[in-house]
Amino acid sequence: MELLGYLNYAVYMAIFIGIYAILALALNIQWGFTGLFNAGVAGFFAVGAYTSAILTSAAAEGRLGGYELPVIVGWLASMLAAGAIAWPIGKICLRFRSDYLAIATIGIAEIIRLVIKSEGWLTGGARGISKIPRPFSDFEYLYTQLSYLALVMIALFLVYYMIERQLKAPWGRMMRAIRDNEAAANAMGKNIEARRLQAFVFGSAIMGLGGAMLAHYYRSITPEAIDPMIATFLVWIMLILGGSGNNKGAILGVVVVWIIWSMSEFVTDSLPAEYAIKAKYLRIFIIGLLLQLVLRFRPEGILPETAKSSTSTSDQQTSNNNKGEAEPSPAQSA
Amino acid sequence: MLEVDQLTMSFGGFKAVCDCSFKVQEGTITGLVGPNGAGKTTLFNLVAGAFQPTAGKIRFLGKDVTKLSSDQLFHRGLVRTFQIPHEFHRLTVLENLMMVPPKQAGENLWANWFQPNAVARQEKALREKAWQTLEFLEMTHVASQLAGALSGGQKKLLELGRTMMTDAKLVLLDEPAAGVNRTLLRKLEEKIQILNQQRGYTFILIEHDMEMIEKLCQPVICMAEGTVLIEGDFQKVRQDPRVLEAYLGEVVTHGEA
Repeated sequence: MELLGYLNYAVYMAIFIGIYAILALALNIQWGFTGLFNAGVAGFFAVGAYTSAILTSAAAEGRLGGYELPVIVGWLASMLAAGAIAWPIGKICLRFRSDYLAIATIGIAEIIRLVIKSEGWLTGGARGISKIPRPFSDFEYLYTQLSYLALVMIALFLVYYMIERQLKAPWGRMMRAIRDNEAAANAMGKNIEARRLQAFVFGSAIMGLGGAMLAHYYRSITPEAIDPMIATFLVWIMLILGGSGNNKGAILGVVVVWIIWSMSEFVTDSLPAEYAIKAKYLRIFIIGLLLQLVLRFRPEGILPETAKSSTSTSDQQTSNNNKGEAEPSPAQSA
Repeated sequence: MLEVDQLTMSFGGFKAVCDCSFKVQEGTITGLVGPNGAGKTTLFNLVAGAFQPTAGKIRFLGKDVTKLSSDQLFHRGLVRTFQIPHEFHRLTVLENLMMVPPKQAGENLWANWFQPNAVARQEKALREKAWQTLEFLEMTHVASQLAGALSGGQKKLLELGRTMMTDAKLVLLDEPAAGVNRTLLRKLEEKIQILNQQRGYTFILIEHDMEMIEKLCQPVICMAEGTVLIEGDFQKVRQDPRVLEAYLGEVVTHGEA
């Protein structure tokens, strides 16, 4: 039975890693490739989670719902809703420079949380929404978990593929150019405001999907789940630690940070009760310390944007034979 | 082709450009000279739509473009370079050039999914064009390097290369010669002349290298304190007492000594 317990725990971890990876990839579109400092991940996450919850759950007294639509419809709707909310927000806020955008988005995420908490007719208020259907939930426990893991991994793969493909296309080149030098990109005919809005909506829609997947996994969602520490800053730490601007780095960052985060929970839980509460704050401290160390000693993250950037002096040998390639393979030197 | 009419730009109380008017004829290479702080680059920023003027009008190809932004002006055929290189530092040199041309199908989110062949065809053409530009600039050996790792002179060349990636009508060059080696400079002058004569580009050139101005520019406009001091051919401008006083003064002292 011991073994089964470990297996269950591994699957549980993997599901979270998959969902957080979706969030980190979404943030990577906004920060890593476009330079938008969105500190309101939790807000778009919440919009996605609640949209899917309302559309798919059974009727409950005192709140909107009872549509009992298929889960897949809920997920697609969560992306649409988060994107639709992001549009007017982006339209107003994207004119700010990065640090002001961060302040504005923190505020917006908080507004979304408070609206969800107080508009009981829509969201169930502080009680939240429960009995959100989870696909395959009539299987045995382990198989339910494994099936959900498979769904999360399929979603992660699709999101990853979609983003990678856009980034390798001229669209990605343009977005990186805008991030590197806005004035020059503007002088080269790129419409900065419209393009930043596009990236903001694109990333936010995927954050909505991440929220929906978590809500269906928990089978319930409450305003407590929209904690900026868990839903915004943890994602930021994962992205920065893993390497913003690199999708593989983002996923690696999620794995590393999530393992540290949940292992530290093990440690604190095994402490005597009087220390356990204090130790909870130690977990946040450890993550913060880790971030400080990474920023000090490896600011570009574990996997930087391209291997080229760290080996740009030794490029003589590759320069003559890549006439046919826009993106030289970074693999050899890594 | 370009008419600047009583243009004024104040930053707080300071008027960087003040009541400045001139015209640029199609097909010319107009030189813009003047002492540091005369307002040359500010004037470029105004013409290129990076700043909105406090007062005055700009007409380009017969239309009022005073309120247009940089990207809108680019699509009308006005391209500029920057005095301090504005390379995209985390893009490769080749990518820096390939991102320039307008109307790229691949910049549309949907086209990458629904018209992949059209995007691929366009990319191939762009890559060839960018490669030709690099060959001309003698920079093919750094094609796959990140632009941020280039030397100062190479960044200036890359700036020029970007203007060659599009079918511009009017090109604003802000000190293209600064930091570029002499041999390459002669080639650069040649290329500017070729673009001017064969492809009909009109240029406005800010430069402190008087040799280059003399060779290429007709007419020359001298600015001082935010406004046009004198306009005419190089010899006339060079010998004007006001220009000597405001800008080339050291030449006179040198001659008398």
